[in-house]
Amino acid sequence: MRLLGTQLVCVRGGRQVFAGLDFDVGAGEALVVTGRNGAGKSSLLRMIAGFVRTAGGLLELRHGDPELTLPEQAHYLGHQDALKPSLSVAENLDFWARYLGAEAPGRDGLEAVGLGAVAALPAAYLSAGQRRRLSIARLVAVQRPLWLLDEPTSALDRAAQETLAGLMRAHLAGGGLIVAAAHGPIGLADTKELRLEEAP
Amino acid sequence: MTALAALFVRDVRLAIRVGGGGGIGVLFFLIVVTLMPFAIGPDLALLGRIGPAILWLGALLASLLTLDRLLAMDQEDGSLDLMLTGRSPLELAVAAKALAHWLTTGLPLVIAAPLLGLFLNLDLGSSGAVALTLLAGTPALTFIGLIGAALSVTLRRGGLLLAVLVMPLTVPVLIFGVAASNAALVGPLPFGTPFTILCALTLISIVVGTFAAATALRHGME
Repeated sequence: MRLLGTQLVCVRGGRQVFAGLDFDVGAGEALVVTGRNGAGKSSLLRMIAGFVRTAGGLLELRHGDPELTLPEQAHYLGHQDALKPSLSVAENLDFWARYLGAEAPGRDGLEAVGLGAVAALPAAYLSAGQRRRLSIARLVAVQRPLWLLDEPTSALDRAAQETLAGLMRAHLAGGGLIVAAAHGPIGLADTKELRLEEAP
Repeated sequence: MTALAALFVRDVRLAIRVGGGGGIGVLFFLIVVTLMPFAIGPDLALLGRIGPAILWLGALLASLLTLDRLLAMDQEDGSLDLMLTGRSPLELAVAAKALAHWLTTGLPLVIAAPLLGLFLNLDLGSSGAVALTLLAGTPALTFIGLIGAALSVTLRRGGLLLAVLVMPLTVPVLIFGVAASNAALVGPLPFGTPFTILCALTLISIVVGTFAAATALRHGME
């Protein structure tokens, strides 16, 4: 499986964010997108996830499932956590697992991020880091080949960052792909880097 | 199908839990209908004659009041983004949301209508007829409102704009809803004629509403 971006152009609010962007991520590879604030890191991830239209260029996932579109094979972990405060931790995860296509969602996701003990607690009582971990549990509960992570380590403590790095390594070892936007290291040893410069 | 069922169950759950706002529409309906006799005066014959219109107006305003909960909250917390990465078509997803919304905000209005009819000097048969027209007509209000909710979803605090957008579109539903209720009460029209048109309006708005809302969402995401 291979994610290819060719001569991508992104225009948001009439301003060209980036143009002529090429990248290439293979199975088992992680691409870290870096650049200053406003360089278009999040826009690129949202573009791959299908939330932002491409103003030019081509995005394709080669050797993926031909029945599914690119966004349907991707997990998007953004700044917003898509959790409902009045639902319990387990209910939140269970809903997203079912909605995103898990056949029989289990508790693996919660255990994997260390939230098994608070499964019955309403999500309103979670701390920022716990909310983040609950969002990450979604990636584990539903198998999808491409992970799009927007600053995945924000709000996470050191132990949780280690857990996330472990999950990412397991995902890559299973032939998955990761595209992450980050300012610092994300805990993976061997990553490609895509540096977004200011648009000419 | 599991995905849509999960979405439906989640939305119903959110609406009936604390802070979900499922009951606020009924309370508003109650207040509007209760205020009318104070404004109009104790003329029982007049109240009975305009009762169906008051019930319909109250239900219309109450259903507008709750529309901004339909999509805006999912937009604010990023749920709407994730729904785009789901494998069910967006048209069906918004339809499932609208159905859950109607079940938790529209259906309570229908159930409350016969009771509130007593305040307006409507006998039980007439109240039943109004409730029947509301049962047929309120889904149209929800699905027309779905279009407005999708159009105004990216605006912060777009609730008022939403009501202004949607209200003109609900005029046909209001006309035929009240016409069918009056036909049942006083005639001379047979009840069937306006009621059939009301049902047709509902069916049309279910189809048009879901497709228009999904299109509006796709274009408005950016």
